[in-house]
Amino acid sequence: MNEILQYTVQGLAAGSFYALAALGLAVIFGVLGVVNFAHGACYMLGAVTSAVLLDLVGLNFWLALLVVPVLMFVFGVLLERLLVRHLIALDPLYNFLLTFGLSLLLVDLVKRRYGVSGLPYTRPEILSGVIDVGGVRLPTYQVFVFLFSLLVCALVWLVMTRTRVGMIVRASTEKADLTRALGVDVNRWVTPVFGFGIALAGLAGVLAAPFRAITADMGSSFIIILFAVVVIGGLGSIVGAVVAGFLVGLVEAFGQAYAPTLSQIVIFVLMAVVILIRPSGLFGREENA
Amino acid sequence: MTTRTDTTVATAEAGSSGFLGRSARRWWMLAGGLVVALALPWFVYPPVAMDIAAWALFAVALDLLLGYAGLLSFGHAAFWGASAYVAGLTALHWGLPFPLAVLLGAVFAMLLALPIGLLSVRSSGIYFAMVTLAFAQMIFFIANQWRDLTHGENGVQGVPTSFFGVGPVETDSFWFYYAALPIIILGMWFAWRVVHSPFGRVLVATRDNPDRARALGYNVERYRVTVFVLSAGLAGLAGGVFAISHGFVSLQEVAWQTSGKVVLITVLGGIGTLWGAIVGAVVIVLLEDQLASSGFEGIGIITGSVFIIVVLLFRRGVWGTLQMLLARRTGRTREGSSRVDEDGDAAIGAADGEQGSR
Repeated sequence: MNEILQYTVQGLAAGSFYALAALGLAVIFGVLGVVNFAHGACYMLGAVTSAVLLDLVGLNFWLALLVVPVLMFVFGVLLERLLVRHLIALDPLYNFLLTFGLSLLLVDLVKRRYGVSGLPYTRPEILSGVIDVGGVRLPTYQVFVFLFSLLVCALVWLVMTRTRVGMIVRASTEKADLTRALGVDVNRWVTPVFGFGIALAGLAGVLAAPFRAITADMGSSFIIILFAVVVIGGLGSIVGAVVAGFLVGLVEAFGQAYAPTLSQIVIFVLMAVVILIRPSGLFGREENA
Repeated sequence: MTTRTDTTVATAEAGSSGFLGRSARRWWMLAGGLVVALALPWFVYPPVAMDIAAWALFAVALDLLLGYAGLLSFGHAAFWGASAYVAGLTALHWGLPFPLAVLLGAVFAMLLALPIGLLSVRSSGIYFAMVTLAFAQMIFFIANQWRDLTHGENGVQGVPTSFFGVGPVETDSFWFYYAALPIIILGMWFAWRVVHSPFGRVLVATRDNPDRARALGYNVERYRVTVFVLSAGLAGLAGGVFAISHGFVSLQEVAWQTSGKVVLITVLGGIGTLWGAIVGAVVIVLLEDQLASSGFEGIGIITGSVFIIVVLLFRRGVWGTLQMLLARRTGRTREGSSRVDEDGDAAIGAADGEQGSR
């Protein structure tokens, strides 16, 4: 019982990274129709930026949670303005290829600047150690990551359901043409939404900084699992991204515990099963398949 | 969904039929290509020449799928790599002559592609790319974990080049090139046959308007699975030759970066032009070889930038652009695209294709 709870927390913590980043991927896809291959590289940039800022100006973890996503937002806005924008009208495959090239570029730039060995990051004192929940000892940091990402997802959900921006984002995810026809200026929201999606990937990176090894390649396997998450949840489904993110985290954690050699494969088996039953994913709509 | 990607092909192809007869020109190009292929190891270090040939066939295999069926597989390393492992292992443990080992590898790649294809073709467009990528990653993890067989990160080393006891081929990479070239050329000829067959015509129809093809009674999914399996087989041929020529199979062969590289080669050369895939392979392999031998470590910086530039400014790729320029010079631009209509080729997105190239 004790073990199972521990694996659950571990899985939910791992799932937090996937959920946050997949959420970013989903909003970007929803409004721009772009599947951002560079999302893993942006996650990596979030972690690397945290480590570099800690080293240079002593920016602590709590401030990094705020500052780094803002920087990543600016980076995302620049990316959209300089590159992605020019391909919006074309087949989505071109943007996929563009962001693929971008991720190669970003990963190698970081590799050349900071080498291949991991950057150091000390986790804040208060988050190290374990907390005792009814006799079960759980790692504080994992509990924190889960609660924090849950909070962010809830906030995003509130914005999506309660505000005008959210309404527009959801409407254009559902039916972009119809939204335009109703006189909503979808284009106005394209750039900020892209920046916001990148910021979410960066935020996942900041959360990963004290927890995982910070290397240029940390996003490379991350993006692949992220795609499995998005396929399972349904492309463009915001709820699906979050639910599938946590689900994949759990599958990964229990897989590592009970079948270590197969843990990674299990995720893709899960994905294959989902495609077999519902090609559009658990929460996806048919036309996106 | 993918119509805009691919119609440049049809436009350019029809446009280029202007001067000289279509078939006469084709024979001249084939003859020229053959001469270049035969002369290559005289001018390029033979193992690099072999790499160029293998990557060219790999790109042709991918383009069969991307250019003619409109399906972007982002997991083709699975087939290239799986075949590399099978060819390498059978050559190592059973001492098979390499053409047989490569053939076994290709057959294995096709068997692997069948279930993956059946599942993947349920989706299309960007979804297809992600699904194939995920399946390829599954193969990667299997290759990584099955250490008894694949030796994980160390790779399969010391793969011999066995060729019916013919000494020079087995020891000299120059002669190996000439022994392996027929396999590559056979693969390319097969791809060309597929494209120019009734099957290929239907494929283009399913790419441009799957609903209409379905309404005409074609089983679109079956065509897609078939071309997926054929493409995997060709990728397998290429991967097997590559592995044997290196005497080594590594995890790199099944990694997603390899899938990305072959997409880059295809896009750089020009989607939907089999010649373009070959040109792309020449450019990228030589570029990487130059960078590696000059000690430059950030190859991703260069290839990533090439990718971005090609996709932003140069979407027809090298060969597609050449064809367009040639078509313009011979004064058959717009008329060319309307001609395609009669052939039942891509007419729907022809205008988009034109637009997209600027």
